Amino acid sequence: MASHLPPKPSVQYEHAAEGGAAAGAHAPARGPLRWLLTTNHKEIGTLYLVFSLCMFFIGGIFALVVRAELFQPGLQLVQPEFFNQMTTMHGLIMVFGAVMPAFVGLANWMVPLQIGAPDMALPRLNNFSFWLLPVAFTILLATLVMPGGAPNFGWTFYAPLSTTYAPPSTTFFIFSLHLAGISSILGAINIIATILNLRAPGMRMMDMPLFVWTWLITAFLLIAVMPVLAGVITMMLLDINFGTSFFNAAGGGDPVLFQHLFWFFGHPEVYIMILPAFGIVSVIIPTFARKRLFGYASMVYATASIAILSFVVWAHHMFVVGLPLVAELFFMYTTMLIAVPTGVKVFNWITTLFRGSISFEPPMLFALAFVVLFTIGGFSGLMLAISPADFQYHDTYFVVAHFHYVLVPGAVFAIMAGVYYWLPKWTGHYPHERLAQWHFWLSVIGVNLTFFPMHFAGLAGMPRRIPDYALQFADFNLVTSLGGFLFGASQLLFLVVVVRCVRGGEKAPARAWEGAEDLEWSVPSPAPLHTFETPPDFQPQQH
Amino acid sequence: MRKRLLWTAGGFAFAGLSGLASADGWNMPVGVTDVSREIHSLHMIIFWICVVIGVVVFGAMFYSLFRYRRSQGAEASNFHEHTTVEVIWTVIPLLILVGMAVPATATLKSMYDTTEADLDVMVTGQQWRWRYEYLGEDVAFTSNLATSREQIAGEAAKGEDYLLEVDEPLVLPAGRKVRLLLTSDDVIHSWWVPDLAVKQDAVPGFVNENWVRINEPGIYRGQCAELCGRDHAFMPVVVQAVEPERFDAWLAQRKEAAAQEALGVDRDWSLEALMERGERVYGTICASCHQPDGSGSPPAFPALAGNQALLDERDRHIDTVVNGVSGTAMPAFRSTLNPVEIAAVITYERNAWGNDTGDAVQPSTIADEWLAD
Repeated sequence: MASHLPPKPSVQYEHAAEGGAAAGAHAPARGPLRWLLTTNHKEIGTLYLVFSLCMFFIGGIFALVVRAELFQPGLQLVQPEFFNQMTTMHGLIMVFGAVMPAFVGLANWMVPLQIGAPDMALPRLNNFSFWLLPVAFTILLATLVMPGGAPNFGWTFYAPLSTTYAPPSTTFFIFSLHLAGISSILGAINIIATILNLRAPGMRMMDMPLFVWTWLITAFLLIAVMPVLAGVITMMLLDINFGTSFFNAAGGGDPVLFQHLFWFFGHPEVYIMILPAFGIVSVIIPTFARKRLFGYASMVYATASIAILSFVVWAHHMFVVGLPLVAELFFMYTTMLIAVPTGVKVFNWITTLFRGSISFEPPMLFALAFVVLFTIGGFSGLMLAISPADFQYHDTYFVVAHFHYVLVPGAVFAIMAGVYYWLPKWTGHYPHERLAQWHFWLSVIGVNLTFFPMHFAGLAGMPRRIPDYALQFADFNLVTSLGGFLFGASQLLFLVVVVRCVRGGEKAPARAWEGAEDLEWSVPSPAPLHTFETPPDFQPQQH
Repeated sequence: MRKRLLWTAGGFAFAGLSGLASADGWNMPVGVTDVSREIHSLHMIIFWICVVIGVVVFGAMFYSLFRYRRSQGAEASNFHEHTTVEVIWTVIPLLILVGMAVPATATLKSMYDTTEADLDVMVTGQQWRWRYEYLGEDVAFTSNLATSREQIAGEAAKGEDYLLEVDEPLVLPAGRKVRLLLTSDDVIHSWWVPDLAVKQDAVPGFVNENWVRINEPGIYRGQCAELCGRDHAFMPVVVQAVEPERFDAWLAQRKEAAAQEALGVDRDWSLEALMERGERVYGTICASCHQPDGSGSPPAFPALAGNQALLDERDRHIDTVVNGVSGTAMPAFRSTLNPVEIAAVITYERNAWGNDTGDAVQPSTIADEWLAD
């Protein structure tokens, strides 16, 4: 256990710590309480990342239950009730428990280091934000053993299936989502306060690394939409327990209202899961191409445009719900528009590579795979935007393929790229390169075997969220299931690489990667517990 | 040499993609309506646009990765901005999108034109079956999954149309414009037949419209597309399109049968006749929740076998079936079942599985005391 703790402050920083006004008061508590009470951004970042990794494996096991059942037609392993609980819990755990906390963990570790701040602006709030999560997800997982089972209405929990027809555990699900939502809002406030107030002297907004920029914009999205989620689940709570009829047509309510509210939250939410990924990739590609990011300013503007557009595209998730023609057209056009700033980003990444000096260390491999595979997810997204065609695509495996391409080789690969990139800074050791390469290639093969055939299954007519299917979909599902198990198993390799890297390995210098330029590479590797107690001397790059 | 290799590879890739695009069961079906053809062509246009963009973008990317490898001694240059280029690659995608939006808008407009229909069919989603009502024709029936539970459980060989077969398909006239009015009795369902390119949510409390004009007679299969609870995978849609003359004959025959059934309301039914009819109704309507042996799946779906509270109060039993129980999954059957079916199924529930009350609930009782208003 002891080897998992962050390293002790190095000699040169001990003096700096003693010089600080409250150095004595900041000495870490001992034993397990240290982790419960810590207000240090690096320790909290580690907590977030470890939590996220646990959730990634739990959500992954749920996905493998789903894939095992779908391995061949017929019901073999689980009954439809439990199958629906698995698809629902897989989605909820991965979105709210794995991907979002992973990005918050990376932000905790890296935002202060990248802007030259000593810590997050609100350290105690930071602690509280994290510790809400284990509580929230313990409650959510506990619904699996409650009478009537866990939530079984999909991660989008459409009313009235999630209200009038829901299992009794739904109230606990609502409570856990409230807690996770509060955690996200507090985390977002903290990140905004940190970025706006604690930048090193001389660092203007347009000097910030793109990871910081994308997180700043993401944090504003979180603050804007998490309250909408809180509102809609509170309305569900009232419908279920207090006899209101927000979403119950028999009482004068409107089931479609639920979808409008949910997707007003839900669409910005999917960008919350991808914008920080853009940021990570935008710092990794220049490092390993040894060339400045092409079009820094347009990257910032593109990110902001995507964020703003995300508020006016929500009903493209509802093209077949019975919208009026004008609404269909409006949401089709706005959705297609998103392709423009997204395209700008991809072009910028590729132009950064052009005439660079490129090497292929593990973080770069994942970042490059991100660019290719995320773009494939972007293509299917463009197809889905065409509203008439969406009447065929909607609610099929084509959609499942689309959002898994942007979330798994998209968000998850970017997180892994970030982990491989910053592991030397966190642990002082390089990750084992051979193992990391094995992890990369097995993941790339696994992810494509899993999700590419889903395009065909969906186009051929297979609806999503079904535990059993017609015989013409059998071959696609067989390949998908095999790919899923390969991908799942290769993630154990990721665990091995991370644990080995924490324990030892080739020593990394302060500037662990030759082409890395941002401020985090000016502090020692591993980064001592306290950094930048006196602001660094920041020199903006010459334009 | 290298150029020829590239062309050959490109040729193979194109042939492969085209093959996939036209292969049966790998791509969106062209379908049998004008709308489905238009949608298919939109799908193929946007697909090829993506392929072309993909070839250019990934081509440039892999060229750069290959050409500027550090291991081959590449030196990085330091350009990092170029306004003209950035404007060009913002404007060109915009133009492509406008070009795409024009035909999509036209197709969407025709999909939304539900006027001048020759026939109106009400489609009602219920957990977990579809009910079809030919409006103004007094013909209505429910359409249930016909695949046996043994096939699903792997105890019998799976048939060719496994999970895509029903006891009674929706019969429609080919060549005529049919307006579909969709709603639901419980949760949201979605009525989808890929060959007709119709997918429309059935939302409780609301009526959605769509339409279809089927060009070729045939049998077209689809499924519920919106997660609607436990048996979401087991409520297929089957449409049988027939020549208009055959359709008229079929409709006349169904109307006659419905009229016959209405006559049955006034006569006295024996317990055996009610039980026999009730068992069929129970099997198609009730068994999916309350189980074929009446054991239910508590807490959501109470057991009927040995349910003393129910057996003691006949009127409450009838009220539950006729009016449903608000706030639960139990729907009202007053408008979806006829008096004979309601009386028969209640009689069956009160006498099957050892319930043995001996009650024979007469259709006339239901019609006069419960449905008269």
